[in-house]
Amino acid sequence: MDYGLSERPADAAPLPTGIKILIAGGFGVGKTTLVGAVSETRPLRTEEVLTETGVGIDDLSGVEQKTTTTVAMDFGRITISDDLVLYLFGTPGQDRFWFVWDELALGAIGAVVLADTRRLADCFPSIDYFEGRGTPFVVAVNCFEGAKRYRLDEVQSALDLDPGVPVVLCDARQRESVKEVLITLLEHAMKQREERRRAAAAD
Amino acid sequence: MTGQGEPAEDEWVDDHAGPVVRPYAVTGGRARPVTGTFDLISLVISTRVDVGSESGLGPEHVAIVGLCQRIQSVAEVAAHLDLPVGTVRVLLGDLVARSLVQVREPRATPAGLPDDSVFEAVLNGLRAL
Repeated sequence: MDYGLSERPADAAPLPTGIKILIAGGFGVGKTTLVGAVSETRPLRTEEVLTETGVGIDDLSGVEQKTTTTVAMDFGRITISDDLVLYLFGTPGQDRFWFVWDELALGAIGAVVLADTRRLADCFPSIDYFEGRGTPFVVAVNCFEGAKRYRLDEVQSALDLDPGVPVVLCDARQRESVKEVLITLLEHAMKQREERRRAAAAD
Repeated sequence: MTGQGEPAEDEWVDDHAGPVVRPYAVTGGRARPVTGTFDLISLVISTRVDVGSESGLGPEHVAIVGLCQRIQSVAEVAAHLDLPVGTVRVLLGDLVARSLVQVREPRATPAGLPDDSVFEAVLNGLRAL
């Protein structure tokens, strides 16, 4: 058979590598808006269908008891270079999908926790999760119109954050603003890596 | 005769009803790919322009090869085909086994994280946006 012209040439450039940043926060806080503000494509939605086999259910009927749940994640893409493609994943809002978070968080270079000062407690689960996992994160306060403006140190103390965790204001609709948030995250992640390395060397 | 207010024949089911073909039917009941793990951000490219002559492929396989003429992540393939990620992983496994696509898994150190050069590159890339 002759596939000559239609095959990908053996000397084609190597495929780029994918990397990811997670965008977390409560329901309706603007995660997808933030992703859309910097993504080169409109935000896409991907779905995982989860099947949980019922445990401890009487199986007299001989029918397996299963429930399926669909978890949706919105994401966007930024081509960094010929070698790197960055994906921004909005994490599923419900706490009961932690196991999906584990897959998402694996290998993530960091996370943005998007906060709304009117419902600050909504971002507690995300903060607890990333603290527990050691994933570098920043808190970005989305400036909703009509929301009372708090000082960043007030937000920091209300969230009981480690003093090293950056808290920044942002407008999730604005590309430049979101860019700044991501740059702050990268700088923080690199600093944290350096500190951990130093701490490990000092042991 | 179609009365007013009755849906036309081709509208017998709407988007909210979900896919007409269940995901497992697309994979022939298989839940796991024959090969590969396929992270959401693994990148996929087709090795061929056309797979018309390959037997044993379903329309979804053919659609993936068409879509991946340009590099796409596993998540993007799932989103564009409107299929669950698990289903897409099975289909990609079939295509890898036939060498119809190449896949690049995310680069990671033993700790599960990219190395320093990646952080530098992303930071520079973001600043240049």
